[in-house]
Amino acid sequence: MAISNPTIVRSAAKSSSTAPLIEVHGVRKTYQLGETEVHALRGVSVSIAAGDFVAIMGASGSGKSTFMNILGCLDKPTAGQYLLEGIDVSGLTKKDLARIRNQKIGFVFQSFNLLGRTTALENTELPMLYSRVSKKERESRAREALALVGLADRAEHFPAQLSGGQQQRVAIARALANQPSLLLADEPTGNLDSRTAVEIMDIFQRLNAKGLTIVLVTHEPDIAQFAKREIVFRDGHIKRDDVLPSPQVASDVLKTLPTIED
Amino acid sequence: MELSAAFLLAIRALARNKLRSSLTMLGIIIGVGAVIAVVGIGQGAAAKAQEQLAALGANMLFVGSGSVNRYGLNVGSGQTKSLILGDARAIARECPSVSRAAPGTGTGQQVVYGNQNWATQINGTEPQYFEVRNWPFASGTSFGEDDVSQAATVAVLGDTVRKYLFGSSNPIGATIRIGTLPFKVVGVLAPKGTSPGSGQDQDDVIFAPLTTVQKKLLGQDWIRWIMVSAVSRDASYIAQRQIESLLRDRHKIRPGDPDDFVVRNLADVADAAAEQGSVMTILLTIVASIALLVGGIGIMNIMLVSVTERTREIGLRLAVGATEEDVRKQFLIEAMFLGLIGGGFGIAFGIVSSLVVSRALEWPILIPPYVVVVAPLFAIAIGTIFGFYPAKKASELNPIEALRYE
Ligand SMILES: Nc1ncnc2c1ncn2[C@@H]1O[C@H](COP(=O)(O)OP(=O)(O)OP(=O)(O)O)[C@@H](O)[C@H]1O
Ligand SMILES: [Mg+2]
Repeated sequence: MAISNPTIVRSAAKSSSTAPLIEVHGVRKTYQLGETEVHALRGVSVSIAAGDFVAIMGASGSGKSTFMNILGCLDKPTAGQYLLEGIDVSGLTKKDLARIRNQKIGFVFQSFNLLGRTTALENTELPMLYSRVSKKERESRAREALALVGLADRAEHFPAQLSGGQQQRVAIARALANQPSLLLADEPTGNLDSRTAVEIMDIFQRLNAKGLTIVLVTHEPDIAQFAKREIVFRDGHIKRDDVLPSPQVASDVLKTLPTIED
Repeated sequence: MELSAAFLLAIRALARNKLRSSLTMLGIIIGVGAVIAVVGIGQGAAAKAQEQLAALGANMLFVGSGSVNRYGLNVGSGQTKSLILGDARAIARECPSVSRAAPGTGTGQQVVYGNQNWATQINGTEPQYFEVRNWPFASGTSFGEDDVSQAATVAVLGDTVRKYLFGSSNPIGATIRIGTLPFKVVGVLAPKGTSPGSGQDQDDVIFAPLTTVQKKLLGQDWIRWIMVSAVSRDASYIAQRQIESLLRDRHKIRPGDPDDFVVRNLADVADAAAEQGSVMTILLTIVASIALLVGGIGIMNIMLVSVTERTREIGLRLAVGATEEDVRKQFLIEAMFLGLIGGGFGIAFGIVSSLVVSRALEWPILIPPYVVVVAPLFAIAIGTIFGFYPAKKASELNPIEALRYE
């Protein structure tokens, strides 16, 4: 697949190179379910530098999604501090948070979450609808992003006319549309077959190579192998945090994998 | 989000569920249509009533002989001899708010012309009667003062009588027989239509000089009524009081004793009719407003369904950076559009139905321009008001839960 355009990914050098992109100190998240308290996160501290590629692993219910929601400014921690690009997010208004989600963060979901009856192009334009981008530029940037994930020729297709892997690539293009500095993906390959999953990882690796910081949740150790760093959650804590000395290269793995037709 | 993008989004969302959108709009269409039709028909009816009252005569008061008991009922009106010609003359002369007074009496008679035969009312009066009643001539002229003083056997025909006796031929100069006496036709009145009060045909009548009817047809020298015109519509109430005190004086009625005459003011009748009309309009407007309200509830209902259906979409929009305001705006605009488009069709529906009704009842068509502006604005307002809660609900969704919604 052709990953053609180098301009769409914001360079890591642009953001402050001294402070880490993400700094989390003692973050807790407690849900109140009637009488009982559910401790989804029990004090998580971690720092992620710009340009990193982190895979988060852990058993079901260990707090991975809760953590991702906090990183994505969709949720606020019960206690602790979260600094994004050095800014303490807890002090911001809902409107500011919407702005941060719009400008700095791209989301990729397990279930794609594309709008049906809306073309790939329009799906990709969605985040730009909420930032001041002219109609013309919206379209050209969306086409650029679609080209980046190898779907230039599918721009006018509707989600129902696309395969799961293609739909997820549209979702990635959408996440890239506003040139975010952070891409958050919660089990992005969970609904895909293994070859397609590696193709998605290939795209992530290429985006990461251009400086995009990626945090990815996965249950599959094979998928985590493509990241630069692996964090394992257990019971709301970080159990392990390892730098992977030599991540797998997805494009190499793809060559060894049989295509579906074989 | 830019407004233009938001509008486009709303139109597409509505177009996606065409049947549902149109059914929702139907409520508003009926509501707005009903408001416009009610106001249009009501105004037409009011104008028609005004027209009919104006046709009765200019600022007219009716003075009849007889008395009014305490329940307001006429007792023997026209049956007593209490009114005389002198009363009519005195009213014209002495009441400052009265411009003219025409004395009159009447009798039912059989009228014959050639082989045509017709039973009708013969009214004896004086020439100023036609001015008091604001009643133009279709052809010929009124009888004159001379005819009155000489008790001449001349007649003026109402349009209905002319139709039955003469058909299409010219009645002027012809001689008809009233009872046993021959009368020469000198004039024909323009048609006046039915009376707004009683529904009687006002054109089924013949007028002759007062003296002729008194002496030659009735053998009486008193009169039964006086038609009075006040100097202006506003003056008619003052004129009424002046006439009442003058007649009590002339008839030597002691204070506390009842009148032996009746004064009816047509301004009263007009006001009563107008009031009746406006009560009716208010009632119908309430009904129409309820229809509009029900339409609004329909919008709210469908918007709530839509918000629930699109929970994931809302979650996604919030996740990619839509603010609460963006989401609220999106749903508000949709609801507004339902109101606006419904309002547009409603105007057309209302205008068409009031045209149909007006035509069927031969009323003037009157749809005040303000209604055409106000009703759809109201429809948009209803869409906005009833869309507000669903829109607020959508904007306050928790994006995490919304994204997880099945
Ligand atoms: N809105 C909520 N209300 C109450 N409890 C919640 C809520 N969201 C999550 N939890 C609880 O918090 C804990 C962590 O949930 P989380 O979704 O973060 O787990 P996870 O690691 O993503 O699991 P999985 O791998 O299954 O996705 C779980 O015990 C879950 O039941
Ligand atoms: Mg999860």
